[in-house]
Amino acid sequence: MNDVQTIVKVGIADLNVIKAPELIRTAGLGSCVGVVLYDQTNQIAGLSHILLPDSSLAKQENINKYKYADTAIPLLLEQMVGIGARKSLIKAKIAGGAQMFQFSSNSDIMRIGPRNSDAVLEILKKLKVPVIAADIGGSSGRTIEFDPRTSMLKIRKVNKEEIYI
Amino acid sequence: MNISQLTSVQKDVLREIGNIGAGNAATSMSKLLDKKIDMQVPSVNIVSYDEMMDLIGGPEELIVAVFFRIQGEAPGSVYLILSIEEAELLINQITGDQMISLISEEGPDELAVSVIQEAGNILTGSYLSALSDFTSINMQPSVPLLSMDMAGAILTAGLLEISQVTDFAIVIDTKISHTDSKRGIQGNFFLLPDPESFHKIFLALGVTDNE
Repeated sequence: MNDVQTIVKVGIADLNVIKAPELIRTAGLGSCVGVVLYDQTNQIAGLSHILLPDSSLAKQENINKYKYADTAIPLLLEQMVGIGARKSLIKAKIAGGAQMFQFSSNSDIMRIGPRNSDAVLEILKKLKVPVIAADIGGSSGRTIEFDPRTSMLKIRKVNKEEIYI
Repeated sequence: MNISQLTSVQKDVLREIGNIGAGNAATSMSKLLDKKIDMQVPSVNIVSYDEMMDLIGGPEELIVAVFFRIQGEAPGSVYLILSIEEAELLINQITGDQMISLISEEGPDELAVSVIQEAGNILTGSYLSALSDFTSINMQPSVPLLSMDMAGAILTAGLLEISQVTDFAIVIDTKISHTDSKRGIQGNFFLLPDPESFHKIFLALGVTDNE
């Protein structure tokens, strides 16, 4: 079989949705959180690369809604429903939220990894999307790739074996 | 001010800042290695976050970075970025140990890590002190933080302040290198001033914001 798989890439503070057999991936997650939403029955998935927890942090007028957990996740959900996913079937897997540098200062912005993860979990709870698996925290960067056919999220860290959650 | 639109005078000022900082760092590196060090003309890039990762080979590229957070009148972030091979070569030349490697199966080599951290500290420290002298702006660097990981994961830490204000970053990128052996070492300095710092930097150097 000559099955060429397309991998859709998601950049920083961006999101996208796909249908099987496409794959979706984002590279170099540090304190950012990669949120994968998927509908296994309809084989549809979406990925959002979240940079900051809350749009109330924004100090600009026209905010990029894909940047913040509270604005990006509802949009991702909407776009998935738009291409045929059923909201009640959508589940989530998340990865990221590392703390890349250990700061001694109590600067809040530097604890952004855990704050991102907390914000994502809270939004998903509010939207009633169950979180099936998560690989969050730590101090390593992650590259993640999701396959809607198997509903598995592949996670690669530097000098570590790939894991699937 | 809108940082996605800089005048050519403003760009020149930022380029000059990169020049002075890296010039001083190149002198330090030359003393450290007792070798001739070359320096390229700095570039000032206004880039999206994704483009910034592409400047050093994409978000998944494995890099060694020494990161300083600058506090004081003009806050910002500074990175010294090396590839793993370049960092190992630098360690070889400082220690005279040809066999050293940064990462083995048992994890990072402690001696190698502390050598690269100290070298990064010296180089970035001299970069910053030149900057501070030139602009007469008080800059207090944090302790140096070393990380070996994917470029995307490391560099977003320096984007957090900027990202609350804009979707673009101004990267003042300077390369210093020595190439008298077959394999050269090339380090990139990335200076990422926080958005509110540009005004102070321009003011300190007598350039107005809006021309």
